[in-house]
Amino acid sequence: MQLYGALLLLPAAVLLTTFAYLPTVTTVINSLFLPGFRGAPTEFVGLENYQVLFDDPTFWKVARNNLIYAVGTIPTSIALALGMALFVNGKLRGRGFVRMAYFTPTILPMIAAANIWMFFYAPQIGLFNKLLGMLGFSGVNWLGDPNLALSSVIVMSVWKEAGFFMIFYLAALQSMPPELKEAADLEGTSRWSFFWRVTFPLLMPTTLFVLINALINSVRVVDHLFILTKGGPNNATNLLLYYVYENAFSFFDRTTAATITVVILLVLAVVATLKFTILDRRTHYQ
Amino acid sequence: MSNQSRIRLERVTKRWDATTAVDDISFDVTPGQFVILLGPSGCGKSTTLRMIAGLEEASDGRIHIGERDVTRLPPGDRGLSMVFQSYALFPHLSVADNIVFGLRSRKVPKDEQRQRLAKVAELVDLTDYLDRKPAQLSGGQRQRVALARSIISEHPICLMDEPLSNLDARLRSDMRREIKALQSRLNMTVIYVTHDQVEAMSMGDRVLLMQHGKIVQDGTPDELYNRPASAFAASFIGSPAMNLLPLVAGKDGAVIEGEPSTPVAPLDAAGGHLGIRPEDIELRIAPGSGVPANVLSEEYLGADTIAYVAVGSHTLRVRLSGKQALTGQPCSLYWTSENTHLFDAEGLRRDDLTTFPLPSSSRSVPRPPAVGSFQH
Repeated sequence: MQLYGALLLLPAAVLLTTFAYLPTVTTVINSLFLPGFRGAPTEFVGLENYQVLFDDPTFWKVARNNLIYAVGTIPTSIALALGMALFVNGKLRGRGFVRMAYFTPTILPMIAAANIWMFFYAPQIGLFNKLLGMLGFSGVNWLGDPNLALSSVIVMSVWKEAGFFMIFYLAALQSMPPELKEAADLEGTSRWSFFWRVTFPLLMPTTLFVLINALINSVRVVDHLFILTKGGPNNATNLLLYYVYENAFSFFDRTTAATITVVILLVLAVVATLKFTILDRRTHYQ
Repeated sequence: MSNQSRIRLERVTKRWDATTAVDDISFDVTPGQFVILLGPSGCGKSTTLRMIAGLEEASDGRIHIGERDVTRLPPGDRGLSMVFQSYALFPHLSVADNIVFGLRSRKVPKDEQRQRLAKVAELVDLTDYLDRKPAQLSGGQRQRVALARSIISEHPICLMDEPLSNLDARLRSDMRREIKALQSRLNMTVIYVTHDQVEAMSMGDRVLLMQHGKIVQDGTPDELYNRPASAFAASFIGSPAMNLLPLVAGKDGAVIEGEPSTPVAPLDAAGGHLGIRPEDIELRIAPGSGVPANVLSEEYLGADTIAYVAVGSHTLRVRLSGKQALTGQPCSLYWTSENTHLFDAEGLRRDDLTTFPLPSSSRSVPRPPAVGSFQH
């Protein structure tokens, strides 16, 4: 009997091991060795790679960028998603159309979306600068100005993600029994008060789920940086995973890439654990 | 009791596109009354209640509560509370928070909230459960929380939308008595929607029977049972339902279709229906002057037995006391004229005619007592 259970687990276990656990383990191992040049054997150096990484100012800059990016995208996109979900969950003319419109950015491939935004941000012919020009302002170099580039990337990410998170909120809102609202209405509960006392607490499981997803997404950004900025100017928009990609495939420094990856994994694990333990206690699951 | 809780509906109509859910109904509820809106599903009773609550807007007509016209007022300003079929408890809040939810919305001071909570919890016997979440309660306890939530608001009017239909049968009969007791103790005006005639009969001071969005009878449970205004009312009240037999013209008067030998009513009644309750029929095994019949089968219910009896081309239900084994036997049926009801071809009650009595001298099969026999 136990054999059958094991057999049923096998396909998933094989896939997970091949594509998740084994790479993780080899990454961790790689981060502890220095590659040998010209056929020399690799050399075990312990945590020295981490030492080197933490002394690298670019890494800290990239890490700081990523923190700003996370703080800039996560709360905004979640708030926007919730707002949009509440809006399209109400009685509204052309509701289906609005829902579809909100969801469209999610369906677009990242590369396509980034290319569209290239045209918005382009210095001479871009939509934003055209609009600014019509109002009599001089244009801004959205992606070329080191002080603005990261914000520009953040705006685009929020645009892309909010619609996706909205779907989860919308599903959760639709599973809420309408009598709750009616019961509250009979007591003269204001919309605002109903939202904070009933809707929001009942959406906590969704919020938690979306939060974890948003966090993971915020360290998974490669593709739109690739199109929009290539991490520039002067690493102003370089984020962790793109930095890993650069190290691994542009500088062919696999060791550094592995080391950064391990650091990202650790940070993510710690944050996710904290979230689940702290927020779970305050979350009502039905 | 002041006039505060008087509810008056004037020609209220609710339409959704082509369908008319509630069709031009008017009624007036006096303070302290326990009024039942009774009817089959889709008759518009819940819609009527929701219009009084303000959860649906009336398409036409006026609704007054006390001296105020509340037709366009939001639910919170109407001064009433409501118990929902699904209880509508907030799953993330404790029992106590659920009960005081409305008081918090109305910004009642914390001290007063606590006092009222303690009083109401005592009243509905929930004092030990105040810290629990609704998911940790049984169906009956959830029902009590819903009741407590409407009682604590101290509104003189309470609307109830099939509040017992999610409970099992035994609990339902307990809760029936409990709700009725609470209502008379707190002198609330209650409008109670149900499709269950037992609830209507046992709880209501007054029953409004609805069909197709209209009120077909408005009376006390007693009137509904003893003087149904239509064949529909007759068949809806009572369990098992009243027997309705089509009458056709016979030689010496109207006869039951397919049974020409015994005239049961004047010739004028032909084309309509004869209604007799199962408990008002007397069944005798020996052939006699009554309507000849044949026992087809019986259903033993414990206190009594329902016999299915063929008369002419129709089947009648007859209630007999105790356990009876009569299947396959020929018999004759008797009744008195005051226990019969005549309905015209449209199904409306007619009182201008009386049926012929079919008396019996001695009883071979005992009848159950007539009082309370419709209760489960």
